Amino acid sequence: MSDPASRKVIEIGPFHPLLEEPVGFSLTVEGERVVAIDARMDYIHKGLERLAQERTYDMVPILLERICGICSVTHSVCFCHAVEDLLGVEIPARAAYIRTILGELERLHSHLLWVGLAGHFIGYNTVFMWSWKYREPVCDLFEMLTGHRQNSALPIVGGVRRDLPVEYFPEARRILDELAGQTARLTAAVLDDPVLSARLRGVGVLAREAALDFGVVGPTARAAGLATDVRRDEPYAAYAEVEWDLVTRDEGDVFAKAVVRLLEIAESIRILRQCFDRLPGGPINLGTLHVPRGEGIGRYEAPRGEDVHYVRSNGTNMPERLKVRAPSFVNIPSFKASCLGAPLADVLITLAACDPCYSCTERAVVLQDRRGGPLPGAPELLAASRRRTAELARELGRPPDLELE
Amino acid sequence: MHVAPIFGRALRRSPWVFHVGTSGCNNCDIEIADCLSPRFDVERFGVRLVGSPRHADVMLISGPVSMACRRPLQETWLEMPRPRAALLVGVCACSMGAYRDAYSVAGPADRVIREVDPEARFLYVPGCPPKPETIIAGLVKLLEEI
Repeated sequence: MSDPASRKVIEIGPFHPLLEEPVGFSLTVEGERVVAIDARMDYIHKGLERLAQERTYDMVPILLERICGICSVTHSVCFCHAVEDLLGVEIPARAAYIRTILGELERLHSHLLWVGLAGHFIGYNTVFMWSWKYREPVCDLFEMLTGHRQNSALPIVGGVRRDLPVEYFPEARRILDELAGQTARLTAAVLDDPVLSARLRGVGVLAREAALDFGVVGPTARAAGLATDVRRDEPYAAYAEVEWDLVTRDEGDVFAKAVVRLLEIAESIRILRQCFDRLPGGPINLGTLHVPRGEGIGRYEAPRGEDVHYVRSNGTNMPERLKVRAPSFVNIPSFKASCLGAPLADVLITLAACDPCYSCTERAVVLQDRRGGPLPGAPELLAASRRRTAELARELGRPPDLELE
Repeated sequence: MHVAPIFGRALRRSPWVFHVGTSGCNNCDIEIADCLSPRFDVERFGVRLVGSPRHADVMLISGPVSMACRRPLQETWLEMPRPRAALLVGVCACSMGAYRDAYSVAGPADRVIREVDPEARFLYVPGCPPKPETIIAGLVKLLEEI
């Protein structure tokens, strides 16, 4: 049926009206079917990990909020988790609750944003307008509680920087109650919509096995039947003390991913209500901390899945190395399982279904040799690395301890 | 640059906007998209987000310009018909903000565009990110200037 002679390559990006971020895709199509996808994702690389090595532990969370505008709480809190793991300290209970409030507000606005964008991508702008309208009260809540619509600058190592203004809580509760009704209506409307059902069911299926193979995380994994969530598996902040349910679906298609996100909105509101009610008193941070030599790993459930930060300290007031592994880094490659063989019309919504965030993912850059020589690939780099070890071992007069092929 | 009066008037009534996110952190891009959402709704002023730089009067630029984005941004700018202007949204596009010392950033957007078009005109909307109200105020100011 498909004819290799009719193969065409469609280049999308880097500046494309449907992409918020500069990213290049080249889709190879045979007729209507997409047979190969290549992505170029180094347009956004800015070298943030390097910048973090030149900032003190107090300044790094503020810088990391700028990794991604949607996950600003995620990356700063995740970094704090990593340093707290290194230090072996527990944060005060009030700080834990404040971090939970921030994290869930972020999940709310991120999920509403995704639902809107998904509607926009399939040409259903009513969903976009509706969903973004309900996202505004969440930004208002953020501004009311932290002073900024997205970048709160609250998390620091050992707690949070400032307290939440308790006098605004009654108003915040009122907005939250209103939002609960609005998002419930949105959820019901989206799930009952025959057009959305017809358009998204059975599209871009990521089966359970493929999800395991690619190691996807977050709503992408939960929609494929994998009950994975850092908040449940390794509870941090106040998640062990509040009641909430893990939302999973088995279908793995785009519709299931939408369902998971929409139902998680209700769970987030449930968590927020409990946090507002039970916010304990006491200190909000541990004061000034000295970070000794060592290394730590932080995990955090971002709206898109598990975020991991690695920090190595050499005893100074700046991290020696910071490594960020954002959830999109594992979620984006899953398009190889869900997009190939799909019609061109379904590819965009399938790509968007894992809520890819390219600025979270851009931790590497592709360098081009100006002299036109071929770029060293993984085997060349590996060989060079081993050659250097062997040289050093010879200089030191010792044979390398392992004979590698 | 001389602009025929009728062009200026037409532009003021209904500026078409092309959005370019040059390696920013998404935050400004979301606030730009937020301007289109029901609460702010810039489309009531005739502002439309268009899909091609060839249809646009104003370019909205957000984020610092990474080295990989430098050439594509310059090419996109030159595709825009005159009279053209740019609204630099966010502190990164204006002066690189937090990425000032980063190794793979080519420069703020105005410097990158002036390399190919010394006459280009800019309006700067600082903030990290600027609120949608600020972006709309900036756009209105830009149109008054034209």
